[in-house]
Amino acid sequence: MKKLLRFLHGYQKESILGPLFKLLEATLELFVPLVVASLIDVGIGTGDRGYIFRMFVYLILLGLIGLLFSVTAQYFAARAAVGFVKKIRQALFAHMESLSYKEIDRLGTSNMITRMTSDVNQVQSGMNLTLRLLLRSPFVVAGAFVMAWQIDRQVAWRLGLTILVLTLIVFGIMFLTIPLYKKVQQKVDRVLAATRENLVGVRVIRAFGMEEEEIREFSEKQKELTGAQIFVGRISALLNPLSYVVINMGIALMIWKGALQVEAGLLTQGAVVALYNYMAQILEELIKLANMIINLTKAVACGNRIQEVFELESSQYYPKETEGIPDKTVPQVIFDQVSLKYSEGGEKSLNHISFSVLKGMTVGIIGGTGSGKTSLVNLIPRFYDATGGKVFIEGIEVSRYSKKELRNKIGVVPQTSVLVKGSIAENLCWGNANAGEKELWEALEIAQAKEMVESKEGKLDFPIAQNGRNLSGGQRQRLTIARALVKKPEILILDDSSSALDYATDAALRKALAGMQDRPTVFIVSQRTISIQHADLILVLEDGELVGRGTHETLLRSCKVYEEIYASQFKQEVNAL
Amino acid sequence: MKKTQTETLKKVWNYLKSYRMQIVSSLLLAGVVVATTLYAPILVGQAVDHIADRGKVEFSVVSRILLRLVAVSLITGGCQWIMNLLNNRIVYHVVRDIRKDVFGRLQRLPLRFMDNHPHGDVVSRVISDADQFADGLLLGFTQLFTGVITILGTLLFMLSLNPWITLVVVCLTPLSLLVANYIAKSTFSFFKEQSAIRGVQTACVDELIGNQKVVQAFLQEERALEQFEEINERLEKSSLKAIFFSSLTNPCTRFINSIVYAAVALSGAYAAIQGRISIGDLTCFLSYAKQYTKPFNEISGVVTELQNAIACAGRLFALLEEAEQVPDREDALVLKEVKGEISFEQVSFSYVPEKPLIEAVSLKAGPGEKIAIVGPTGCGKTTLINLLMRFYDVTDGRITADGRDIRDYTRKSLRAGFGMVLQDTWLKEGTVLENISMGNRKATREEVVQAARAAHAHSFIKRLPQGYDTWLSENGGGLSQGQKQLICIARIMLVMPPVLILDEATSSIDTRTELKIQEAFGRLMEGRVSFIVAHRLSTIKDADRILVMKDGNIIEQGNHLQLLEKKGFYYQLYHSD
Repeated sequence: MKKLLRFLHGYQKESILGPLFKLLEATLELFVPLVVASLIDVGIGTGDRGYIFRMFVYLILLGLIGLLFSVTAQYFAARAAVGFVKKIRQALFAHMESLSYKEIDRLGTSNMITRMTSDVNQVQSGMNLTLRLLLRSPFVVAGAFVMAWQIDRQVAWRLGLTILVLTLIVFGIMFLTIPLYKKVQQKVDRVLAATRENLVGVRVIRAFGMEEEEIREFSEKQKELTGAQIFVGRISALLNPLSYVVINMGIALMIWKGALQVEAGLLTQGAVVALYNYMAQILEELIKLANMIINLTKAVACGNRIQEVFELESSQYYPKETEGIPDKTVPQVIFDQVSLKYSEGGEKSLNHISFSVLKGMTVGIIGGTGSGKTSLVNLIPRFYDATGGKVFIEGIEVSRYSKKELRNKIGVVPQTSVLVKGSIAENLCWGNANAGEKELWEALEIAQAKEMVESKEGKLDFPIAQNGRNLSGGQRQRLTIARALVKKPEILILDDSSSALDYATDAALRKALAGMQDRPTVFIVSQRTISIQHADLILVLEDGELVGRGTHETLLRSCKVYEEIYASQFKQEVNAL
Repeated sequence: MKKTQTETLKKVWNYLKSYRMQIVSSLLLAGVVVATTLYAPILVGQAVDHIADRGKVEFSVVSRILLRLVAVSLITGGCQWIMNLLNNRIVYHVVRDIRKDVFGRLQRLPLRFMDNHPHGDVVSRVISDADQFADGLLLGFTQLFTGVITILGTLLFMLSLNPWITLVVVCLTPLSLLVANYIAKSTFSFFKEQSAIRGVQTACVDELIGNQKVVQAFLQEERALEQFEEINERLEKSSLKAIFFSSLTNPCTRFINSIVYAAVALSGAYAAIQGRISIGDLTCFLSYAKQYTKPFNEISGVVTELQNAIACAGRLFALLEEAEQVPDREDALVLKEVKGEISFEQVSFSYVPEKPLIEAVSLKAGPGEKIAIVGPTGCGKTTLINLLMRFYDVTDGRITADGRDIRDYTRKSLRAGFGMVLQDTWLKEGTVLENISMGNRKATREEVVQAARAAHAHSFIKRLPQGYDTWLSENGGGLSQGQKQLICIARIMLVMPPVLILDEATSSIDTRTELKIQEAFGRLMEGRVSFIVAHRLSTIKDADRILVMKDGNIIEQGNHLQLLEKKGFYYQLYHSD
C-alpha cells in the first residue's frame, strides 16, 4: 500500500492542506471546554451577564470558524483522494496493457476487472477518510491531554493513564478481531460458492439424486460460518462495555483528585468541569478512530492487491529497434526445436517442434482438443515465449523484433471473435488506422462480409454494441477476419476462425484468400480436414508432438492420426453431400 | 406500515419465536443500559456540586458519589456485554435457520424456477439478503428501542433538572436533522451521475481489459488508454462533486450542535446566576445536550435500515413460498432394474401456456436401441429430455417407462435409472476423483480409473498436477470445455445406467476422440436404450433411429440413409451445413 502513495505526487498541496485545516478545526474544539470553564468560574462566579453573553458569542464563533475550516478541509481531502485514485486507475490500466499474455493468464480477466473497479473505489474512500479523520482523532486526543495538562498536571496524568488503557483495549481488540473477520469472510465466500454451485448444477444434482448430500454439505459450511461469527462476536462485543467502564473509572479518579486539588486551592470548580469535558471528547474520538481503522484495513487490503498488480512485471522484453536486418532469401517462418511450457512443473504443451515455411505458403494445422494447435501459432507473433528452441521470422529470432514491427507483420484472427463498441469502420481500422474506405471494402470482400455489411443500416458506420453483442457469431467472425486483412499482413493466422461459418462460406473464404494479390503466408488452425486439405503444408499435432508433416495426400498414406481424423469426418461429408 | 410489511413481520416473528426468551432479555438489558448511562452524568454533576471551592469540598459525599459512579458503570458495562452476546447469538442463529430453510427449499423447487431466475439473484438472496435482514432487523430494532428510550429518558432527566433549558434543547436539535436531510437530498443527483459514469467505465474496462489479448495483438494499447482516460477524467470531476458535497453533512450538523451547546451554556448560566440550577446540573445539561442529538441521527438511519431489512425479508420469504414441485405420489413405486421400454404417448408440453412447444409427440424405444434427435435450435430437442428426466412434467399425454407412467415412480429412483450428460458440463468443487464418482460414491479408485479410461479422459487426467486427486475449483477451473465433457462422460461410464441420455455431450470433443468414445458407449449400451441429442453428423449417423424435430413436432423418422433418400428436411439440414 505504501508504494501506492507515489500517486499522491501532484496532490501534495491538497494532501497537506486537508489534514492541516482539519487540525485547525480540532484545535478550536479544544478551546470549548476552556470557554465553558471560565463561563462557570468567572461568569457565574461573579454573576456577570455581559461576560456570560460574550462567552456564548465565543462558543458560536468557535463553531462557525470550525465549520469554515472543516469545509475547506473536506474540499482538499476530496480533491486529493479523487485525484490520487484517478492517477492510480490510469497507471493501472496502462500497466495492465503492458503485461504479456503469460501474466494476463496468471491474473485472469475477472481479477483484473475487480482490481480496476471495486478495489480502486475502496482505496478512494479509504484515502478520503484518512485525509479527513486519521490525523484528527489522535490530535484531539493528544490535544485534550495537553490542555488538561495545562489546567492541572496532577489530574492530567490520571487522564493520560486512562487514555493509555483505552488505547490498549481498542487496539488490542482490533488486533485480535481483524484476522478473525477475514476468516469469517472466507467462510461466507464458501457458503456463497456452495449456493451458486448448487443452482448451476441443479440438473446434474437431481439426476444423481444428490439433494440430501448437498443439503448436508451446505449445513456443514453454514455451521462453520455461524461458529466463526459467534466466536469473533464474543471478542468484539467487549469493546464498548469495556471502554465505557474504563472511562468512568477514569472520570471517578479524576474528580477525586480534582476535589483534593480544589480543597488545596489549586483548582477551580469550572476547571474540574473542563477536565471532565476533555475526558468526554477523548472517549468520543477514540471510538471514532477504532471504527475508522476497521474501514481503513479494508482499503489497505485493496490497495495491496492493486500494488501486487503493479509489481507484476511483463515477462517479455521487446527491443526498441529490431536487432538485425530481415533476410528475404531464407524461409519466412522457421521453428527450430521449439518447446513450450505454460507453467513451471506443468506438462509441455509443445515438444521439440521443427518446421519451416516459405513466403506465400498456406499451412494447415490440425489435431485434437488440447493438442497444442493454438499454442503453436501463438508463438509466431510472440504472444508467449518459447521455453525451448527458437522461432525465426525472415531469419531474425522473434524476440529480437521490436513489438511494433513484429505485430505489424502479422494479422491474427483469434478463436473468439472480439469486437468492441464503435462503428464497423472503427473496428476494422484497428488493423490500420490510415486505411481508406476502398481498402476496408476490399478486406470485407475477401472475408465474405461485404454483403452482410452492405445490408446493415449505415454500412461501415453501423454501430457495433459492446463486445459485438448485436451481431451473430458468424458475422463477428467474418468481421474479425476482415480486420486482420485490413492490416495487409505478411503473415495471416486464422485460429479456428471459420468454425462459425458454413461449409460454403468457408470454401469461398479460402478461395478468396488464395486469389489475393501479394498473398500473405497463411496459417490455418482447424479441426476440420476439409478446411486445410488444400494447404501446401499440413502439420498434425497430438499431445504437443508434431506427429505428421506434409500434404494431404502424403499424410493420408503416412500419418495414422491424420488418417483417423480424416476418416471420422470424411464419411460424414460424403454422406452429407 | 403497509399490509405486506405487516405480513412479512409476522413471518419474521416465526423465526424469532424460538429465541424469544433471549430477545426479551436483550430488551430488558437495553433498558438497564440506557437508564444507567443517563444516570452517570447526574452523578458527575452531583460530585462537581460538592467540590464548589476551597474549604467547601465534602469528601465523604464525593467519595460516596464516585463509588456509586463506578458501580453504575460496572453494571452498565456488564449489561451491555451480555446484551451484545445475546444479540449476536440471535442474529447468527436466525440467519443460519433461514439459510438452511431456503437452501432446503431450493432442492425441492421445480426446475422451472431455476431456469427462469437469474442465479445471481437467488444467490444474493441467500447470502446478503439473509445477512442484512437479520442484522438490520434485530440491531435496527434494538437501536430503535434504545434510541427512543434514550430520548425519552434524557428528556425526563432534563425536565427534572430544568424545564426551560430543556425547551431550548428540544427546539434547536431538530435543526441538525433537517440540515442532514437537505444535504442528502441535494447530493443525490451527484451520486447518481457518479454511478452512471462508473457504469460506463466498468463497461469500458470489461471490454478493453477483458479482451486485452486482442487489443495487444493489434497494437491498440494507446488508443484504449486514450478512451479510458477520457472516461476517467469525467469520473474524477463527478466523484469530486459527489464526495465533497456529501461530506458537508458532518461539519454542518456539528455546527448546529455547537449552537445548541452554546445556547444551553448561555441559558444554563443565566439560570445558575438566579440560583435556579447548580453548577453540577449545568455540567450535566451540557453533556446531555451533546448526547441528545445522537439518537435522533441514529434513528433516522435505523428507520431506513429497518425498511431495507423488511424488504430483504420479503425477498427471502418470496423464495420460501415458491410453489414446490409436485411431490412424489404417496404410493410411488421405486423403479428397479429398468428394462428400458420407454414410450412417449401423445405428449404435449409448453413452458408458457400461451406458447405450445411440443404437441402430441409419440415415440417408442426398446432395449438395445439408439435414438438420435436432431433439428434446428429451439425445436424442442432438449425439452424432450427435460420431460424424460422429469425436470418438467408433461402438460398432456404421458411418458412411460417399463409400461408405467413415470409419474408413478419416485423421482429419485427414476433418475437413478437414467444416466445423463449435458452440453453444459457441470463439475463440483472437489477432486477429479470425487467428480467422477458423483453417481456412485462407493466406487473404488480402480473402478474410477477404469471409467476414465473408457471415456478417454485418463490420459489427460494423469497429466494433471496431482492426477486424480487434483483439486478442481468452481466449475472445473482451468480445464478446457472438451476435458470437462470427458470427465462428465467418465462419470456416466462409472454408473452404467440402463437408459442413457446425451444432450450435445460430445460437442466440444474433437471428432477422432468422439469416435473412440462412441465405440466405448456402444459396448456399454449393448442391450440398453440411449437418447442422443446432437448437431454434428458424426455423432448421430450410426443411430438406429433418427427423429427429426421441427417446431415441436417429429416430422421425419428413420435411419441416416433412409432420411437422406427422402430428401426432406433432414437432407436440407445437412446439406446446408
